[in-house]
Amino acid sequence: MSNVLQIAWLIPILPLVGFIINGSGRNVLSKGVSGFIGSSVVLASFLLSLYVFIQVKNGNTHVAHYFNFINIETLRIAFDFKIDQLSSLFLLIITGVGFLIHVYSTSYMHDEPAKDFAKYFAYLNLFVFSMLLLVMGANYVIMFIGWEGVGLCSYLLIGYWFKNNNYTDAAKKAFIMNRIGDLGFLLAVFWLISKLGTVSFDEVFAAESLKKLTTTDITGITLLLFLGATGKSAQIPLYTWLPDAMAGPTPVSALIHAATMVTAGIYMIARSNILYTMAPVTLAVIAITGIATAVLAASIAIYQNDIKKVLAYSTVSQLGYMFVGLGVGAYTGAVFHVMTHAFFKALLFLGAGSVIHAMGGEQDMRNMGGLKKHMKITHLTFLLGCLAIAGMPPFSGFFSKDEILAAAYANNPVLWGVGVFTAIMTAFYMFRLYGMTFLGKFRGTHEQEHHLHESPAAITMPLVILAILAVIGGLVGIPEVFMHGGHRLETFLEPVFAQSKAITEKHTLSHATEYMLMAVSVGGALVALLFAWNRYSKYSKTESEPAGFAKLLANKWYVDELYNAIIVSPLKSLAGFFNNIIEKKVIDGVVNGTGKAVNYGSRQLRYLQSGQVGAYVLLMVIGMLVLFIIQLFL
Amino acid sequence: MGRYITFPELLIWLPLLAGMLVFFTKREQVAKALALALSLVTLFVSVSALFFTADNFATWNAVNYYYANNIGSTFHVGLDGTGRILTLLTAIAFPLIFLATYRSSYKNPSSYYGLMLLAQAGLMGVFCSMDALLFYFFWELALIPVYFLCSKWGAEKRIQATFKFFVYTFLGSLLMLIGIIYVYLHTPGRMFEDGTQVLHSFSLKAFQNAQLTSGEQNWLFWLFFVAFAVKMPVFPFHTWQPDAYDQSPTSVTMVLSGVMVKMGLFGIIRWLIPVFPEAASRYSDIIIILSITGIIYASCIAMVQDNIKKLVAYSSIAHIGLMCASLFAANQSGVQGVMMQMFNHGINIIGMWIVADLLEKQTGVKEISRLSGVANKAPVLTVMFVIIALANIALPLTNAFTGELLMFSGLYQFNGWYAVLAGTGIILAAVYILNLIQKVFYGSSNAVADTVKEISLNEKLVLAAVVCMIFILGVYPQPVIDLTKDAVSAMLAVMKA
Amino acid sequence: MDIKAYIILSLTLFTIGIIGVLVRRNAIIIFMCIELMLNAVNLLLVAFSKMHAASEAAKASPSFASDAQIFVFFIMVVAAAEVSVGLAIIVMLYRNTHSVDVNFLNRLKN
Repeated sequence: MSNVLQIAWLIPILPLVGFIINGSGRNVLSKGVSGFIGSSVVLASFLLSLYVFIQVKNGNTHVAHYFNFINIETLRIAFDFKIDQLSSLFLLIITGVGFLIHVYSTSYMHDEPAKDFAKYFAYLNLFVFSMLLLVMGANYVIMFIGWEGVGLCSYLLIGYWFKNNNYTDAAKKAFIMNRIGDLGFLLAVFWLISKLGTVSFDEVFAAESLKKLTTTDITGITLLLFLGATGKSAQIPLYTWLPDAMAGPTPVSALIHAATMVTAGIYMIARSNILYTMAPVTLAVIAITGIATAVLAASIAIYQNDIKKVLAYSTVSQLGYMFVGLGVGAYTGAVFHVMTHAFFKALLFLGAGSVIHAMGGEQDMRNMGGLKKHMKITHLTFLLGCLAIAGMPPFSGFFSKDEILAAAYANNPVLWGVGVFTAIMTAFYMFRLYGMTFLGKFRGTHEQEHHLHESPAAITMPLVILAILAVIGGLVGIPEVFMHGGHRLETFLEPVFAQSKAITEKHTLSHATEYMLMAVSVGGALVALLFAWNRYSKYSKTESEPAGFAKLLANKWYVDELYNAIIVSPLKSLAGFFNNIIEKKVIDGVVNGTGKAVNYGSRQLRYLQSGQVGAYVLLMVIGMLVLFIIQLFL
Repeated sequence: MGRYITFPELLIWLPLLAGMLVFFTKREQVAKALALALSLVTLFVSVSALFFTADNFATWNAVNYYYANNIGSTFHVGLDGTGRILTLLTAIAFPLIFLATYRSSYKNPSSYYGLMLLAQAGLMGVFCSMDALLFYFFWELALIPVYFLCSKWGAEKRIQATFKFFVYTFLGSLLMLIGIIYVYLHTPGRMFEDGTQVLHSFSLKAFQNAQLTSGEQNWLFWLFFVAFAVKMPVFPFHTWQPDAYDQSPTSVTMVLSGVMVKMGLFGIIRWLIPVFPEAASRYSDIIIILSITGIIYASCIAMVQDNIKKLVAYSSIAHIGLMCASLFAANQSGVQGVMMQMFNHGINIIGMWIVADLLEKQTGVKEISRLSGVANKAPVLTVMFVIIALANIALPLTNAFTGELLMFSGLYQFNGWYAVLAGTGIILAAVYILNLIQKVFYGSSNAVADTVKEISLNEKLVLAAVVCMIFILGVYPQPVIDLTKDAVSAMLAVMKA
Repeated sequence: MDIKAYIILSLTLFTIGIIGVLVRRNAIIIFMCIELMLNAVNLLLVAFSKMHAASEAAKASPSFASDAQIFVFFIMVVAAAEVSVGLAIIVMLYRNTHSVDVNFLNRLKN
């Protein structure tokens, strides 16, 4: 009997159907209809995912085979879906958060014309489809299909308001930076194909395949895959697209650029955990990159004034955390943080969206303040989100962050130190944001103040649900020190990481150490929180422009400018050189030169045909004499 | 069928007769309709040929005529996997082109359409012939109508551009002719069924069994290669192409870039590698390096192009470069990828040209910098173009993805660094294609873009057909693989032996 | 008589002919020089023919002795035809240009 999980194909197909209906019917569908279709297909996927999740929880995992995508003598790539603990968990996150954001969007995007409204939902559905493909794919190629697909949707949605050239620039940048990472991913896939002749997860991770790979192979493959992850999950060196991606509508930022797509890199590495565990060099690279990104992004976030930019850098920073978790081998911790981050970061983005909505499109926090009075639900849920991301117990962020930090400490205390420093900065900039937005006096125009209102239910409901999840979401992973067997997520994900666990030595920290670590990070964050709260509740516009080091931070360490100077401009001049010099002068010069030489030569030879009979005869005689001499003497 | 006439013969004679018929029509509408209808008949034949590929239909798919006293050349035409996929492409391309340009009118329509169909016949002949002299004959036959089409119906600088194009390709062809004659003189003799004995033979099989020392193979290889390299074109033999594409009438450009460039690749698959396997593997590194240089070089130039047509031309050079490189990587996935990509590239680039043509015709402008915000005026056109453009940069689930995946994989197996270098091409491709989309379609519409109207029904249909093929082959590419895998294995077997 | 004398005479005549053609511009003189060259060849042919007639090979094949003399007749006939055509051209030339200078005959140039 075929496995009940064979119906998993419905999960991605439903959003695809939504995409096709909304995309093709965008001229006829009313806003209500397209919003309803867009959301309901995702809801249906969510319900199916729930069913799948329950099945998996009861121990039923399955690789569903549908058809052969590519089948040649030396390589078979099947269109298969792998349903196991890891993918079913991601399915829930994607469709669940996705559904909430769809609902939110029906209200948030209501001012758009019906055509664009349908287009928006079509893109959003397409995104969900691609993301589902990414997590369900049972081999690297299907994963890559989703991988590029989400990149495309991200491109389309960032450039949703395509009349604005800055927005389309941001979209382009996102796509191209992702493509750079994708090249790494692809090369890793080719490497696997050339060594093993397969890309399917089950076959690659099988013990006998792993034996065929040398250390160089594994290190190379994992580093290339990680390059792909840095593109998608916005890590150094490819992170600069994510802050620019805030050009898209806010729900898009929440769904794609916070909760789901950017975590694809973590998913991919967690999926290939055995390869990574076998490549300690790569793990070190990941941990260092992750921690560097976390610090760098957090430091930039402190001086941003655009509410979405702060959240964007905070996302980059949190993703850095997750990579630290992966780098120290705490795969469960990383996945756990993906989950809690999806809740609280989506919440924060949606809350920010609600604020922007109320402010009539204003995103500059310097013009906000005192919104607490006007937007009670938004304020409360936002505060909960801030507490969660700052890692305050017992909110969800505390548990996941703590797990990563504890693992980092066990691996290398320096990592832990920098991590705690970042956590303190996180608490600081989040409460700077909170203070500037919700506390103090309103600093915007009178007109804006007049329009301030709480958002409608379609916006606040998702906020409330996400807030609840952000508060209690951490309880699935209560650390061992608090409660024996409290880490239910770890138990659930056990089979996925079992292979890695078998070959790593387990560091256990004493309970005292763990308590101490927690106390330091929570204490530090709390101090930063209170300081920021105190300082920015009294924020006034008169504060001076940042100078010195602060200016460096406000300008994002000039990384964009650096990239421009060392990559973009030289490439452009190279292209110009090719076009103007090599192509036109050298190659065409040679080609046309040949033609010209023939022309010139013929013109010179023409002078021999003078028309003078005497000259012809003379030539003839000379010719005869030459032949005569040759005949006689040579 | 089989007894009286075979598929390859039908594919050659039908367009030839159609062309002649169209020459004698008087009115434009008649010429157009007749050309379209007859090209659809050819398409029908070509599609039905796909259903009779089994071994017991062998007599339907190949035929060999000869005179009693000949010099060893026979009318030997046949369809194998490579031939099938390319004749199918040729058969699909022409009705698409006729339909897409149905609204445009030409001077002397009867000669115009007649020549187009003649070119089709020549192309079909190239892809079917199993005899070197016949191959050369069709090779030139395909060139001549295109020369006239460019020089009579092209843009203002057409004479210069076509002259360059013609001399360039003709020079290559002559080198190949020298090569053909030289190999011919070293082929073993042959006895025909009726007892006629010839000293040498032009047949493909005889060419494969030619007695050539490896020194001879080396320089003969280059004679042939230059002919094919000019046609594809491979860097640095490419400079005729941007000018020719820019100056030809768009429908001819579609034929040139969609189908004719495949002649070069086909030549390599059918003639170059099987006849000179030793030299092919000896020089594969040089050729792959040339091709990869071409990929990066052409992509860089495409990035700074302001002319849409030239941009597409350079992007085509980059794509062909990749195909040439993976062909010489000579492994299962590389060559299989090329087979698929030859077809897919043809479809996609014709789609690109259709859109470029629509824009140029409506606005009179082909400079990217003078266009902006077309999406506001023509959303359907934009959607279609974006899909085609993304297929052009091989986004997954579009047709080009599987081809490029296999090609890169093949190239990687040959040498990892080549794949890395060629891979930068896919990043650069994203840069120039997204630039094009952004500059032309996005933004607020300017005065030039205001003249753009939404596309008409027949254009929608054509583009929809292109888009459908893109998706169907993108999601389920296996039929193309099945169609060509025997040809791939056969070619690789020759190379290994 | 020694064959050398014939050869020297023939060569001298031929060279005079060539030099005449090269240096003179009068069409009629050039014409006469061409005739001189032809006749120099004729003279040589006849001389060789006479020489060979005495050889052993000639005794075996009668036609061998007379072949060259037949050629001489051919040449004379051709020369006569040439003269008639050539003189006609010169006459036409004179009628059109009132000159027989060949340097005027460069109308085909350019």
